[in-house]
Amino acid sequence: MEAYLFYIVATISVVSAAYLIFEKNPVYNALYLIQTMVCIAVLYILLEAQFIAAVQMIVYAGAIMVLFLFVIMLLNLNIKEESKDALFYQKIPAIFLGITLFVIICVILKSKLLQGKHGEYTTAYVNSIGNTRVIGNLLFTDYLLPFEITSILLFVAAIGAIMLAKRKL
Amino acid sequence: MITLTHYLVLSAILFTMGVIGVLIRRNAIIIFMCIELMLNAVNLSFVAFAHYLNSMQGQLFVFFTMTVAAAEAAVGLAIIVAVFRNKETVNIDDINIMKW
Repeated sequence: MEAYLFYIVATISVVSAAYLIFEKNPVYNALYLIQTMVCIAVLYILLEAQFIAAVQMIVYAGAIMVLFLFVIMLLNLNIKEESKDALFYQKIPAIFLGITLFVIICVILKSKLLQGKHGEYTTAYVNSIGNTRVIGNLLFTDYLLPFEITSILLFVAAIGAIMLAKRKL
Repeated sequence: MITLTHYLVLSAILFTMGVIGVLIRRNAIIIFMCIELMLNAVNLSFVAFAHYLNSMQGQLFVFFTMTVAAAEAAVGLAIIVAVFRNKETVNIDDINIMKW
C-alpha cells in the first residue's frame, strides 16, 4: 500500500516538474509547481513528518505560491517573451549537463558514503509523544538561537521587500 | 518496501529538473520557481534521512530552510517587480547591464 502510494505520488511530482520546465504560460507553471509541492507534502506524511507536511502546505503551497501568482498577474507577461536564438544553442548542452549531474548524484548514492549514526528518535517514540511536540521541544531548547536568528531574517526580508517596492528606487 | 534510496533518487530527479529549468528558461519568474523546486528536492532528502536514521535534526533543518525560502521569495519577487518597473521586461537576456 505504502509502496504503491509512493510510486503514484512520485510519478505525479516528476511529471508536473517536467511540465514546470517546458510549459510556456507562467500561470500554468505556478500551478504545476503547486502540484509538485502538494505531492512532496504527501511524501512527508509517508515519512511520518506530519508537522513538516502541514507547514509545507501552508507556507509553500499557500503563501509563497500565492505571492508568485500575484506577481505574475501584476506584471501581465505576454507568453512570447522568450527569445528563440539564444535558447536553441543552450538547450541541448543544458539537458546533457543536467543528466550528467543526475548520473553523478546516483554514483554518490551507490557508494557507501551515505551511512550515518542512528539517533534516538525512533518512529514509535516520536508517535508516542507527538511529532509537533517533539519539534517544538527541540526548537525552544537546543535550537533556540537559530530560531531567534530566523525571526531576525524574516524581519530583514520584510524591510527589504518594502524598500524595493518604493516608487523611486 | 520503500527504502532511503528511493527517496534520494526521487530527490535527485527533482533537483536535476530544477537545474535544467534554470539553464533553459529565460523568464526570471520561472527561473525563480525552478530554484524553489530545487529547495523542495533538498528538503525531501532531509526528511528522508531524518526518518530512516531516527533523527529529528532533518525536520528542524527543513523548518529553517522553509523560512529562508520564504524570505528569499519575498525579496526576490520584489527585485523582479522593481526590474520590471524600470525595464518593462523580465527576460534575463535583456537584463544584462551587470554582465560586463
